[in-house]
Amino acid sequence: MIAALMHVALLLLMPPLLIGVINRTKALAAGRVGPPLLQPWYDLIKLFRKGMVLSTTTTWMFPLGPVVTLSTVLVAGLLMPMGSFDAPITFTGDMIFFVYLFGLARFFTTSAALDTGSAFEGMGAAREVTFATLSEPAIFFALLVLAQLSGSLTLGGMLHGPAGGFAATAAAPLILVAIGLFVVLLAENCRIPVDDPNTHLELTMIHEVMVLDHSGPLLGMILYAAALKLFILGALLLHIVAPFETGTPALDWLLFIAGMLALAMVIGVVESVTARLLMRRVPYLLTGALLFCGFGFLLLVR
Amino acid sequence: MANLLDSLLVIVLVMNLFALGTSRIQALIRIVGAQGALLGIILLLVHEHRTLPVVLVAAAGVAIKGIVIPAIMMRALRQAEIKREVEPLISPLSSIVLGATATAFAVLSAGQLPLVDQNEGALFVPTSIATVLVGFILLTTRFKALTQVVGYLVLENGIFIFGMLLIEAMPMVVEMGVLLDLVVGIFVISIIVNHINQAFSSLDTRRLVSLKE
Repeated sequence: MIAALMHVALLLLMPPLLIGVINRTKALAAGRVGPPLLQPWYDLIKLFRKGMVLSTTTTWMFPLGPVVTLSTVLVAGLLMPMGSFDAPITFTGDMIFFVYLFGLARFFTTSAALDTGSAFEGMGAAREVTFATLSEPAIFFALLVLAQLSGSLTLGGMLHGPAGGFAATAAAPLILVAIGLFVVLLAENCRIPVDDPNTHLELTMIHEVMVLDHSGPLLGMILYAAALKLFILGALLLHIVAPFETGTPALDWLLFIAGMLALAMVIGVVESVTARLLMRRVPYLLTGALLFCGFGFLLLVR
Repeated sequence: MANLLDSLLVIVLVMNLFALGTSRIQALIRIVGAQGALLGIILLLVHEHRTLPVVLVAAAGVAIKGIVIPAIMMRALRQAEIKREVEPLISPLSSIVLGATATAFAVLSAGQLPLVDQNEGALFVPTSIATVLVGFILLTTRFKALTQVVGYLVLENGIFIFGMLLIEAMPMVVEMGVLLDLVVGIFVISIIVNHINQAFSSLDTRRLVSLKE
């Protein structure tokens, strides 16, 4: 019970903090002081207090986009086990449900973008789904590797793995999967080598362009959902790169939180040292991620 | 120990794919240099008794492949004043896919080879075949003289991995000889690259077929 409450509390409260850590890391790397760690929370609170402007050309589909996105991502968050604890919801085959929840969120985000009738947003939607065709199979291959390794079809079973952790049983495929998942994490959350979350005026952006017409609480929901997505995929990656557990619940939670913060710092460092790729090079990166995850699977079944 | 070796070999495979995907010659040279250095470290780990010759070969491998050869090639690159492989025969994406296919082929076919039991499960043979094939792909699809040299180096790395399997049977002097040949070869090629650049004002090997007076 306590574990479930803690899970929900972390899921609701921590994601914007991760964004804050990433921004702070980037600022430090650039020699600036940077915004406070809780700045994303302040922004969200400000956005939720604002009114919103709806374009007259939009239909009921438009506000539905952020609402469905936020709710699907929240459900996905309830499926994802954190650290050494089980997720509140778990059933056989929930890995497929988990991935398709993100697919559903993507469908509604792109539909809402198309609903505005703006050519610019339509372009962003086209980009988003094009890149998703490469990142989604990569996630599936990664989950297949984990399923093959652990012999379980639930997210909890495959991520907690055999006793003693994964690292001892099959390091080689897991390295490949971890690299692939990290790239997918960056791509899915519109981080720098793929997309820049700070730009709003360039023709090369993917995700940001789809949400240009959203304002006030709707924009807040989108930002919150994006932070949640980063948190959930980060938790997934953390299971593979740092499958440590101490046995004491309190220490395990601290370990999990420290791991997530460290991951956010790594993302911040990656964003500081890399430049954004040309749009036509993004598929190369994602194909690479797909190949890495596929290879992990190949190494296991050979 | 076997797990650590397998992980390092997977990193070698990953480096292969990076080498195929990058279009900057400088990055290419760095990756292959790092790959060579990593192979030296693997050589240290694969041996049960770390005798003096083994340590010497490993140290020489790290120094030559990781430092000397990249330095020579960087120098040649600076003198030639080029940065990118402008138009490879096939796009980086197709070379990555081709390299991945080659690696998959290597992984699958290595299972069919009649190997000694101790080499059965390890990734040595697949990695070696895959690295040789990636070297071939680099050699055949790139036109700049310098990138072709890098392809040759990757090819040699693949053979070096295979050589680690025969470590009990093959005298160390062979490895040392190969390393010496390699460094002299790269040295000579770098000088030739410079001359090609002066004579043809380009490093494109396709121009070498045209006659000049």
